[in-house]
Amino acid sequence: MIKQLQAFLSTLLDSLRDLAPIILVVAFFQLVVLRQPLPNLADVLVGTVLVILGLTLFIRGLDLGLFPFGESMAHAFARKGSVFWLFAFAFALGFGTTVAEPALIAVAEEASKAAAGGGVIPNVEAERDQYALGLRITVALSVGFAIVIGVLRILRGWPIQWVIIAGYMGVVVMTQFAPREIIGIAYDTGGVTTSTITVPLVTALGVGLASSIKGRNPMTDGFGLIAFASLTPMIFVMGYGMLY
Amino acid sequence: MDGLATELLTTLVETLRDVLPIAGILFGFQLIVLRQPIPRLRQVLTGFAYVFAGLVLFLVGLERALFPLGKVMAAQLTDPAFIIDGIDDVLGWDDYYWVYLFAMAIGFSTTIAEPSLIAVSMKANKVSGGAISPWGLRIAVAIGAAIGISLGAFRIITGTPLHLYIMAGYVMVIVQTIFAPRMIIALAYDSGGVTTSTVTVPLVAALGLGLASTVPGRSPLLDGFGMIAFTCLFPIMSVMAYAQISEWRARCNARARKEGD
Repeated sequence: MIKQLQAFLSTLLDSLRDLAPIILVVAFFQLVVLRQPLPNLADVLVGTVLVILGLTLFIRGLDLGLFPFGESMAHAFARKGSVFWLFAFAFALGFGTTVAEPALIAVAEEASKAAAGGGVIPNVEAERDQYALGLRITVALSVGFAIVIGVLRILRGWPIQWVIIAGYMGVVVMTQFAPREIIGIAYDTGGVTTSTITVPLVTALGVGLASSIKGRNPMTDGFGLIAFASLTPMIFVMGYGMLY
Repeated sequence: MDGLATELLTTLVETLRDVLPIAGILFGFQLIVLRQPIPRLRQVLTGFAYVFAGLVLFLVGLERALFPLGKVMAAQLTDPAFIIDGIDDVLGWDDYYWVYLFAMAIGFSTTIAEPSLIAVSMKANKVSGGAISPWGLRIAVAIGAAIGISLGAFRIITGTPLHLYIMAGYVMVIVQTIFAPRMIIALAYDSGGVTTSTVTVPLVAALGLGLASTVPGRSPLLDGFGMIAFTCLFPIMSVMAYAQISEWRARCNARARKEGD
């Protein structure tokens, strides 16, 4: 119990240090550059305390739950030896964690406004909602696809740079053909797909798989799943823009 | 203060909606496909509860303290009334120096606090047997994000085409891949995606939107995007550079020791 408490306190100190830069930056710009007092000081203080507590709990939880569980699942899949179920799991994990991602929902909404403004779709709410939903499903499919390809790469031991370079070429080629107003959105969706819960899970899956398959190195083969997950959405979304 | 309880409750429900499908997939596959009991069930469940509660508090806190302040700041700093220096009334790209500095500072500091980056750096430290220090990695990523975001601001202000920057970035990444130590490559590629999460995206998006709607000749619909893509691209380069520099320094040290003998 005392050991638990000690671990918690040391994580708390770490969180404090992690957040110190933001506090300094915001205070500097507010007080020195914009020369304005902090509005709602009470809100800011309460918020900061919540952020620090939240980060501490999250990091403790990763160590206790998400990391060990993700890895034990990866080991179990490697032992089971069924490639079909492993791919099904990889796809479900990619699709399921992305389709409801709040950041993606926000970007899809912005994108539908951009499309309506550019005259791609009629500017009525039903059309915009449909466009946004289609975009979300496209992105979720692309992330599911990315995790499957990433797992296949770990199984086969392909060097990551070849897959990434192929993906870059895909992006470059699609950029030539995609309508202009979708390009910026497509590039941005690559970044918003990987949420705070997805990242540790997917990392644990990759590292766990690479360390339980003979001849794979968890460092060179285990990482890289997130890289794919932020690359394929660009290609898929530009494709979506071309179809519309 | 009474708003806090409702805020906590709504965020709780929203996060639950986000987390439940993931938990469903994990436990569903574990129990139906793998047909195995969960090892150390109590500890795992406690961990999941911590992650969930932590995320809720983190989001509510950000929404209360950082986001409103950061968004107002982004709007004020990009406001032409603030930027105009009084000497001439034509705005050039170099009049936006506070914007670049803000972009850089906010990019660096939010990346340092990004929970998914902390997670990946913990894992990388463990997997590399301590060779990769969590702080070294995080600072390298944060420097990349800082450069990316300020360059993104510069691009919106000058109105230069986004895809040219991205393609130049790709060429740079490929060249660095040839020379960087093998061990770091996959991790470097990953660090692009982990930079842009909970803390960074809303602030960066607000900055981009603020710029695109106030800089003359830009449209928020066409030019507001692209900042996040930059934030994803530059950490790949800075992490590879970090590994290249560490390797180079290790080699220099080894040579110096040899000559000392």
